[in-house]
Amino acid sequence: MSGASHRLPTGGRVQRGETIEFEFEGRRLAGLRGDTLASALLANGVTLVGRSFKYHRPRGFLAAGVEEPNALMTLGNGARTTPNVQATVTELRSGLIARCQNAWPSVNFDLKAVLGGFAPLLGAGFYYKTFMGPRRGSWMFYEPFIRRAAGLGRAQHKSDPDRYETRHAHADVLVIGAGPAGLAAAAAAASGGAHVVLVEQDFVPGGSLLGTPATSAHEKWRLKLVAAAQAQPTLELLLRTTALGVYDGNMVALLERHDHASCDASRGEAREVVVTLRTRSIIYATGALEQPLLFGDNDRPGVMLASAARTYLNRYAVAAGRRAVVATNNDSAWHTALDLAAAGIPVTLLDQRTTADAALREGAAKAGINIHWQARPLRALGGKAVTGVLAALESGGREQRFDCDLLCMSGGWMPAAHLTTHTGRKLIHSVGIDAFMPAGLDAGHFMAGAVSGHFALSAALIEAVTAGAAAAAWAGRPAASLPPTHLPVPDQACGFEPAGAPPLRAGSKAFVDFQNDVTLNDLIAAHDEGYESVEHLKRYTTLGMGTDQGKTSNINAIRQMNLLRSTSAAETTTFRPPYVPVSVGALVGRAIGRHFRPIRRSPLHDWHVANGGVLIEAGPWLRAWYYRWAGNSAAEAYRQEMRVVRTAVGVADVSSLGKIDIQGPDAAEFLNRIYVNGFAALAPGKARYGVMLNDDASVLDDGTTACLAPHRYFMTTTTAQAGEVMSWLEFLLQTAWTDLAVQVVSVTDQWVGMSLAGPKARVALELALPGIDCSDASVPYMSVRELEYEGMPLRLLRLSFSGELAYELYVPADHGVALWERLLARAAPLGIKPYGLEALASLRIEKGHVAGLELDHRNTLDDLGLGKMASRDKPYIGRELRGRPELQAPERWSLVGLECLEAAQRLRGGAILFADGEPQVGHGRGYITSVTWSTELDKYIALGLYQGGLKHVGETVNCAYPLKNESVRARLVSPLFIDKEGARLRV
Amino acid sequence: MLIIPCPHCGARDYTEFRYGGDASRPRPAHGTGTVNEWHDYVFVFDNPKGIHREYWQHVQGCRQWLVVERNTATNELSRAQLAREATRT
Ligand SMILES: [Zn+2]
Repeated sequence: MSGASHRLPTGGRVQRGETIEFEFEGRRLAGLRGDTLASALLANGVTLVGRSFKYHRPRGFLAAGVEEPNALMTLGNGARTTPNVQATVTELRSGLIARCQNAWPSVNFDLKAVLGGFAPLLGAGFYYKTFMGPRRGSWMFYEPFIRRAAGLGRAQHKSDPDRYETRHAHADVLVIGAGPAGLAAAAAAASGGAHVVLVEQDFVPGGSLLGTPATSAHEKWRLKLVAAAQAQPTLELLLRTTALGVYDGNMVALLERHDHASCDASRGEAREVVVTLRTRSIIYATGALEQPLLFGDNDRPGVMLASAARTYLNRYAVAAGRRAVVATNNDSAWHTALDLAAAGIPVTLLDQRTTADAALREGAAKAGINIHWQARPLRALGGKAVTGVLAALESGGREQRFDCDLLCMSGGWMPAAHLTTHTGRKLIHSVGIDAFMPAGLDAGHFMAGAVSGHFALSAALIEAVTAGAAAAAWAGRPAASLPPTHLPVPDQACGFEPAGAPPLRAGSKAFVDFQNDVTLNDLIAAHDEGYESVEHLKRYTTLGMGTDQGKTSNINAIRQMNLLRSTSAAETTTFRPPYVPVSVGALVGRAIGRHFRPIRRSPLHDWHVANGGVLIEAGPWLRAWYYRWAGNSAAEAYRQEMRVVRTAVGVADVSSLGKIDIQGPDAAEFLNRIYVNGFAALAPGKARYGVMLNDDASVLDDGTTACLAPHRYFMTTTTAQAGEVMSWLEFLLQTAWTDLAVQVVSVTDQWVGMSLAGPKARVALELALPGIDCSDASVPYMSVRELEYEGMPLRLLRLSFSGELAYELYVPADHGVALWERLLARAAPLGIKPYGLEALASLRIEKGHVAGLELDHRNTLDDLGLGKMASRDKPYIGRELRGRPELQAPERWSLVGLECLEAAQRLRGGAILFADGEPQVGHGRGYITSVTWSTELDKYIALGLYQGGLKHVGETVNCAYPLKNESVRARLVSPLFIDKEGARLRV
Repeated sequence: MLIIPCPHCGARDYTEFRYGGDASRPRPAHGTGTVNEWHDYVFVFDNPKGIHREYWQHVQGCRQWLVVERNTATNELSRAQLAREATRT
């Protein structure tokens, strides 16, 4: 369908035999292989492609590449909807579906553009004043309105069916950009065998050369450069690959796009891949970005960067208009004028200067181009499409109107130096190009071509070969033979004159930032209000803060602000990764769903699943929350499980507890140092509960350590702190206490742990393990036995978390299921049942045992009522800082129990505590940490922290829970709710 | 982004390690030290631009604690030693 209205009959680098059908705004259109979505739309005469962010002005294509601020579209449908994609970098593919954004009901008739009174509201400083000003509450008022009215595309809520990947790669030399400089530099770098990775965001290599006529000498040279690069066996050319960011240690994040080849996720094909590339050296050959001119209504569809019009013409054989005006302050746009004229398009050239490169002038005269010197555009004419331009001629001496449907502009070029600043390097102002270029590069980083301000091809080529050789040498694989540095094609003319201040016309908007709708008047307003520095200006006006990061606006804004301030201060801004917008899917890669993080499972996991266990995530662990035998909901089941433990016997899987094997002649001394209480005298066969502090005297963890034999100990930690404690012990032994002869090793995964608890626990044990003397005399409270039972190593500890007669049994992981099933089967006559995490946590609340919710690294030993445990006779970690007056203040929030006083109400974790009668505002006097229904007391009980703690026992407090608009009365009590004497433990 | 040369395991990505803080000052010996000395050790740190001695543990490797010398301005690592054997240059 090359008969599309604006496709030229010949030329271009598109495959005329390959028609590609796609859909735009519900219309079926056709393009050619080699088109972008943008070029295909232009070929079909589509110039209105979006509405602007704030003002809903009609917008067309400004650019032909990665700098495009206007033509953001939503691609795909259903779960495969991708918003905010630049049409100018979207390779056309069969079946592509594209829609415009930010327009309702349609891009052609946008209601919000029609409604008056909208624009003044969103002037410069609107966001700043609304959100940073004294009346921040106004955000609440405006937010829904702004979200609806001003915005880009919308994400959809369905799960993305596509697959994304992460890949790691290495290179000797990374070359970023496969324009003439990048191609030459890469070939030079690879000539000595260096592994060179050359990345190009486009799907065709060649960079600026792709803007030259397809029949030109430049195209032949492009093909030669590509062939020379590809002839290097150690050179890897990655197309459709954008360098997103450069990080420390020469790590570069690359984004590979595979959208062009409709990827099948079921076959493992990834739509996008983030490549983490580590390289020895880097060559930036990222080129330069042409900048707009500032004049009234310079955003009308049909107003386009000159280089973009040339690219559409020469690369895609698309005439972006039928009558053109080219406005410029430099030589580069003359090539556009010449090529348009050669294609038979009448061209008027407005150059603000008094002369141009001689060869260009000669060519333009021959082509019949109508040239006006000292001429500049004042205002674009037209509405949804440009119809002409009003220009000031003869240095403003005369105004004239020129009709056109394509207005090309060039305000000079800005080196695409963004990546060079990611490691913290600054840019400097270069007077010759009135733009910013890298001030210097990190060691091992090189640059070549337009990015360094060398816009002439001849200079770029020499620089490229030099950089290639230097980068290869840096990588330790020097170049063997260098490509010729003689330019075989006519050079690019580079004459340039700064554009200066634009003549402003009342009533028209001159856009500086097209994507965020920031105008010259907004800059003037910012200047008037004192927001002059670039960083203030950005935040005040939102300039440069769109998804394009100001690729076509930053430099113009800085130039204009300098003019307003009458300064030449070369203040620049900071560019941050990513260079282009990147999908969240690509960043996340395969770390989704069950791959999000590793899941830890107990050796008893399969048993739980097969036997009615309902699982819950507890940190990285999947644990049995409750069992179906006890009820169909957690709220119902845990109470039933508690009753079994309190009246008969239950068994719980505690395998997730941290387990650390500690051995060595100094092990006792080691334990004595890390626990606040004494461990030096812990005899073989005995176990002890201990608490560890951090150096700052906050509680690190608690747990039980058993002495298996002289110099051999078995430590358990809480599930949550297992990793932290292990690292801490290793730290102490490897840094501060290297003189202690102690080895520690984590055995968490090697041992299954189970807690057998209840008044019938001993009988259960005797039934399950006949022949073992489980009497109180043989296995007294806080003792340990290391046994072997029918070939199964068994560690039997007598200790209790629930407050009942209880044992912890540890066997090697492979024996776990056998022992577990044996306990349940042999003790079945006693009514033994498995109980889950919810009941485990509830039983301990009745007993006032602190756990993870109380051990939050903010509370001290004394806050948790454990101060008496600390030894007075020996030093321990945290002892010195525990004495700080702040930590001993009597009004610190400390552990209390709470009993609910309202039968129809419940207590809630996180509720804020207020004294009775006091207004319920602010942070209160404490909060509830853990809540349970007490099956023994028949009411809700809780643990919490309260100002002054147990001094207030007996007082009534209000437990406020503003999220549910609740306030429930409770009484402060001792946290030890049941069996205060501990009689049940010692039977 | 850092590559840490573990004396046991070789050059490894920093994501295999955990950061362990300032290694420039010695910990007061166990059971000694005033509140003020411990306060300074626990809470008061320099924030140098340049070489910084710091602890890293190879948690997903050999579990050894290392003393690493890192330039905070450039993130260059000039040295990595086992903490047990760490000496100053
Ligand atoms: Zn290691």
